Amino acid sequence: MIMTRCALGLEDGTVFVGRGFGATGTASGEVVFNTAMAGYQEILTDPSYCGQIVTMTAPLIGNYGVNREDIESQGQHLSGFVVRELSRVYSNQRATDDLATYLKAAGIIGLVGIDTRALTKRLREHGALRGVISTEVSEPKELVERANAISRMTGQNLAKQVSPERETTWSSDGDQDGLTVIAIDCGIKRNILSQLASAGCSVRVVPGDTSAKTILDRRPDGVLVGNGPGDPAAVTETVAMLRDLIGEVPIFGICLGHQMLALALGAETYKLKFGHHGANHPVLNLDTGRVEITSQNHGFAVDKDSLERVGGRATHMNLYDDSLEGFVCPGKRLFAVQYHPEAAPGPHDSKYLFNSFVELMTRST
Amino acid sequence: MLIGSGPIVIGQGCEFDYSGTQACKALRAEGYRVVLLNSNPATIMTDPEFADRTYIEPITPEFIQKVLDLEKRRGEPVDAVLPTLGGQTGLNCAMEAHEQGILDSYDVELIGAKPEVIAKAEDRSLFKEAMIKIGLDVPVSGAAHSLDEAREVFEKVGLPCCVRSAYTLGGEGGGFCETLEDFERVVSRGLKQSRIYEVLIEESLYGWKEFELEVIRDRNDNVLVVCSIENLDPMGVHTGDSITVAPAQTLTDREYQQMRNAAKAIMREIGVDTGGSNVQFAVNPKTGRQTVIEMNPRVSRSSALASKATGYPIAKIAAKLAVGYTLDELPNDITRTTPASFEPVIDYCVVKMPRWTFEKFPEADETLSPQMKSVGEGMAIGRTFKEAFQKCIRSMEIQRAGYGLDKNDRWLAAHRRSMEEVAVGAEPASTVGLEGGSADRVVLASRAGEAPPDVDESSATHWPVEDKVLHDKLKNPCQGRPYYIRYAFKRGWTIDEVHELTGIDRWFLDQMAELIEFESTLIANEDQIRSAAEYGGVGIGASLLQQARRLGYSDLQLHRALTIRENQSEVFEKNENGRCYKLVDTCAAEFEAATPYYYSTFEEPSIHIDHGRQIERVDDELRVSTDPHVIVLGGGPNRIGQGIEFDYCCVHAADEARRMGFRTVMVNSNPETVSTDYDTSDVLFFEPLTHEDVMRIVRSIASRGQIHGLIVQFGGQTPLNLAEGLRRAGAPIIGTPPASIDLAEDRDEFQKILKSLDLLQPPNGMASDIREARRIASELGYPVLIRPSYVLGGRAMQMCNNEDDLDQYVRKALEATDRAEAAVRGQRLLVDKFILDATEIDVDAVADYRHPDDPKGECVICGVMEHIEEAGIHSGDSACALPPHSLSASMLKEIERQTKMLALRLGVCGLMNVQFAVAGDLVYVLEVNPRASRTVPFVSKTTGVPWAKVATAVMLGRSLRDVLWERGIGRSPRPIMIAIKAPVFPFSKFAGVDAVLGPEMRSTGEVMGIDDSFGLAYAKAMIATGLSLPLFGNALVSVNDPDKPRVIPIASELRELGFKLFSTIGTHRVLKNAGIDSVIVSKQAGAPEGFLLDLINCGVMDLLINTPVHYGAAWEEGRWRAAAAARGVPLITTLAGAEAAVQAIRAMKKQSRSKVLGVKALQDYAVGMR
Repeated sequence: MIMTRCALGLEDGTVFVGRGFGATGTASGEVVFNTAMAGYQEILTDPSYCGQIVTMTAPLIGNYGVNREDIESQGQHLSGFVVRELSRVYSNQRATDDLATYLKAAGIIGLVGIDTRALTKRLREHGALRGVISTEVSEPKELVERANAISRMTGQNLAKQVSPERETTWSSDGDQDGLTVIAIDCGIKRNILSQLASAGCSVRVVPGDTSAKTILDRRPDGVLVGNGPGDPAAVTETVAMLRDLIGEVPIFGICLGHQMLALALGAETYKLKFGHHGANHPVLNLDTGRVEITSQNHGFAVDKDSLERVGGRATHMNLYDDSLEGFVCPGKRLFAVQYHPEAAPGPHDSKYLFNSFVELMTRST
Repeated sequence: MLIGSGPIVIGQGCEFDYSGTQACKALRAEGYRVVLLNSNPATIMTDPEFADRTYIEPITPEFIQKVLDLEKRRGEPVDAVLPTLGGQTGLNCAMEAHEQGILDSYDVELIGAKPEVIAKAEDRSLFKEAMIKIGLDVPVSGAAHSLDEAREVFEKVGLPCCVRSAYTLGGEGGGFCETLEDFERVVSRGLKQSRIYEVLIEESLYGWKEFELEVIRDRNDNVLVVCSIENLDPMGVHTGDSITVAPAQTLTDREYQQMRNAAKAIMREIGVDTGGSNVQFAVNPKTGRQTVIEMNPRVSRSSALASKATGYPIAKIAAKLAVGYTLDELPNDITRTTPASFEPVIDYCVVKMPRWTFEKFPEADETLSPQMKSVGEGMAIGRTFKEAFQKCIRSMEIQRAGYGLDKNDRWLAAHRRSMEEVAVGAEPASTVGLEGGSADRVVLASRAGEAPPDVDESSATHWPVEDKVLHDKLKNPCQGRPYYIRYAFKRGWTIDEVHELTGIDRWFLDQMAELIEFESTLIANEDQIRSAAEYGGVGIGASLLQQARRLGYSDLQLHRALTIRENQSEVFEKNENGRCYKLVDTCAAEFEAATPYYYSTFEEPSIHIDHGRQIERVDDELRVSTDPHVIVLGGGPNRIGQGIEFDYCCVHAADEARRMGFRTVMVNSNPETVSTDYDTSDVLFFEPLTHEDVMRIVRSIASRGQIHGLIVQFGGQTPLNLAEGLRRAGAPIIGTPPASIDLAEDRDEFQKILKSLDLLQPPNGMASDIREARRIASELGYPVLIRPSYVLGGRAMQMCNNEDDLDQYVRKALEATDRAEAAVRGQRLLVDKFILDATEIDVDAVADYRHPDDPKGECVICGVMEHIEEAGIHSGDSACALPPHSLSASMLKEIERQTKMLALRLGVCGLMNVQFAVAGDLVYVLEVNPRASRTVPFVSKTTGVPWAKVATAVMLGRSLRDVLWERGIGRSPRPIMIAIKAPVFPFSKFAGVDAVLGPEMRSTGEVMGIDDSFGLAYAKAMIATGLSLPLFGNALVSVNDPDKPRVIPIASELRELGFKLFSTIGTHRVLKNAGIDSVIVSKQAGAPEGFLLDLINCGVMDLLINTPVHYGAAWEEGRWRAAAAARGVPLITTLAGAEAAVQAIRAMKKQSRSKVLGVKALQDYAVGMR
């Protein structure tokens, strides 16, 4: 495994030099850390990471290789992947290939051998930073300059980049009398769709810029608006569409969908310092008083006060920083969570929400 | 009421002191009144300040009742019993008390786990039923309550299969069966050892991957997984005997979540209301099939490990959950800003290795199995598995500097030899060869642990190691397996080949292979690396050196691999680019940690551009305060002779130093301990206790702050071995100077001191061959004690009654001795006259001499303990009495006088222990140890004085006079109770091992019996060891010739007490002549008289008094003793022990037991004192 030199330069003047794996070249993005200890393949294929360079805090990555099942979308959308140590071999009965080959095939640059904990602390202290990862540029100064030149995450409509062009059918496994759900894909994870299917729904997946009318014309039992990358406030088309859907059909929002629903209701979103990316965040379900260990991946959050002003009611709260993790809007037949009940990767504590959605739809029909 | 786990035994170590202590603290902080029952005096939790009422009494339902009764009568009845923090012992005892209706009759509730829950989790068939009910996969199996039932189950399960017995700890009574014969044998043994006469026979999962999840649940049904653990050794080896790794390394998220879901479902189904549990899974590596193995509805060894590995205090949280808190109401102590209701994530790798002491049980089967055999464990933290693996190896006190490249490395030795042969004009004299570097380093290395240097590789005598040897060693799990794996790779075996034999996951094997490949790079570039090390600079040498550091290589390994010249032995210390300390913070740096819990690593620097300038910086998280630091060195992994007692002292030292205003720093590598709890000291370093690792800490603190001193005398032999090297490297050692410590261990110097003080020592001589040994022995007169000269303590020591014994010993010793060691140190044997009929005395003392013969200092005696067993039995294996039960006042005075003379001459500052043998009017000095001894906790409890704290204050500069005055302690404090300390042995775990007592220590733990008289205290101590003395029944008396005259009164008393006596021919004759009836038994099978071994095996004997003629299970008498140990029949192998036992039986028989044996809390004794 001959590795080239590879470096990551941050906007604050910090440069980490290690070795490259996967693709070669130069890429840029917002640098974030993820604290999940397993599930790197799901992270690589999660479209929400579009425009981001992800570092894993778990130091030993690649141990179980990659396989055909643990994928969350067609491709890999992140700009770079940073690890402390890459395993030379992989060992798992389901594995089909190694991580480096996988990254290379998708054209993603990997950086290995740096102090990922130092990088994580940097991000914790300064917030998510813009960065450039490169196997070509080795001059630290130039990397930092380039990092400062890239655009900030706030205001970027990245959902558009990962949203599909055409509508597709995910599954029609649901029985004839089963519920039909339209899933709005701004970078939606496959496991959301497969959870819906497991709950007995027939699922059609539509692009993020589909009009409300097109959706309502199909007379779905419910609409799921899923996760995706970037600033929710920039995804104006989808927010506008949601505004028209609210009240017309039961809606379940997840992650970016949660944020866009809040915006559609008239609430505000803001950027978190370094976001929530991991599989261990405690979320308090305010209705049951129980704690769910959740899978999280978001850089923006919904402002709770602004949501309450427009009639929303908080249902879930993050116990780490008291940020809003879920809400309902009484009378509007909708609910949303900021975290990922579909997990992948992460705990399955919140899968009940898919059943709640089915119940909501059933009550409505 | 909390129930502790009692004495340290295999499978139940000091982790339950850690969990119990946390629980006591947590509950009292909530305002609960805590009543504690634990028979182990060496625990922190039994210090009177940790509970409101501390009962050091046997852990039996009977004594639970006595305590409940007394508390009720005192008007403060116990409301609830929390049984889940005292290991299997505490849990079983609480269950028995419940089943006997004791808890109900006192209106006491079981909290943490209800009886139904415990039964469902612990009873194998109920558990399996429950698992099937919730749809989880379990191995094909069946339970059996008899051999016949077992045979039925066998039809379904087939071979190979696995047998476990219900309600045992550490997998006791279990086994793996490949043949029908194995099966019948293991089942019979398992049935006997089960509390409910039940075994579970199960489809063999041998070779499957093994995982554990540490789970915690609160009353709101919030369930968390605190830590996942992957066993490096696959199924077939008890998890306590496996190398384990956290977090799990080879599971995808999908598989991990499946396991997590199963664990949650199990918690709910079994119904653990609150608290921690451990769930074990096996995974078929070919199909991924996951199967549930077992769950423990209580805090366990693994949860202690998980707590240390993540920083999440499971026991403390479990205690709070038990009294009604929910997880979201409790804070995470490490971050202080986030709640405890989260799952820790870690950004490092943790490796735990077991520590065995097979060298103490040469007859034991060393093959690892589902029955746990290790006595302790070490843990290491690194950023990568490779780093943690190497750090862990060097934490183990087995004289290994890491994974290979040390002085025991056969491959390296052969490689060096071949290089020397090739090289023309090499300088062999100036380079470090196989046998060691500078003389000092050799001394330090050889003293670095009690295990012989070749303990793990005795089968690899030369390079190349034969294929057959490698094959066997890889196939049969054994303690040295990782080293043989290395040799296999060196021989060119592939990962697949090694995987086939070991079943170890390929990922782990590749990690090892990576290290082995790096060795070649290292050696191929040794010139460049050496020059980079010596002269600095960049380039390939420097980068390889850096890489070596990051892979966890130690200085000692690099020295050896790179043949660094002696006089530049410190080069590596100056070349530590990238060295840093990182925090254990529960959250992978997502939040700032408030608790300074560190591990060392080597990291790449990052570049910082600041106003056009580029600065390289390594992220070192060590925060050093301006307060002066006191560093306490802990004891490392528990092993026989070095256990919880030393951790007790270290915790006290940290406590006292903190109280005096110092910033206390703890360094230790043992995850089971209270000392490695993050709130025991101000700063915790979880690090190997080696010279370089400790010096790195010293340099790191000293460069940024101030070190007042290092305390090395509390952690037992481990830190003591480092003392002189640390002093020379500039570390300020406080307390008794290392030179004095060495003086006491230097045979010749010590003899001179004794002579100058006019003190006696048993006559002795040094022999270099068998003829000389015979001559010396016959001059001294038999019996003699013999041992190799370089071995410390009682290791490899043996008593020889005659020339035959001597010959046999010498021949064996000369064969087994490591050649490298012999070349350096000379092969000499020490022969000591064994003083017959001598009483052994142990004295603990504290002194504040600032230098030898310091006129300003003084010495105070903490306690004089009289051993029950005579001199010649290792002091750690002898029961002892405080106050002494037979010494005259004048003799006591004389012993105190001699102790004080020795303290003065050695310049003891801190604690000291002296062992004497008293024969008639003569007092012989056997041994002086100017350090904390194993008996300090016992003496502290008995006298009501925390002696380790007193010693710490003295070492930190206060005068003994002031310290004692402040604590209200007089000049000659006396015991405030009559107490007996009794040892507990692991013989039942080592089938077929002769259970005789001897000069080599073999006990793993101890109990304390307290009462109003010697006899009753001894009886209680015996009950606490689990071997209750019988009040009637059949007693065997069979003693060696020297003991025959003295056995008569013992035998006659046993007769009077109503015992039926059995005896072997020689003893029978003596008894008959004295007019004592006894039934003669045969030493051989088939004789007309009963065959003794059979009589023991079928449970006819209730008591064995057998003093040895020969040692070892090769002898018939050794087999009797092994059988008695296996069956749990009280076995007494010394006459003094027999005398004490008879006294105890008589005392108990005087009245009915329950009336006589009362209970009394330590707090009440203390009141009596004032």
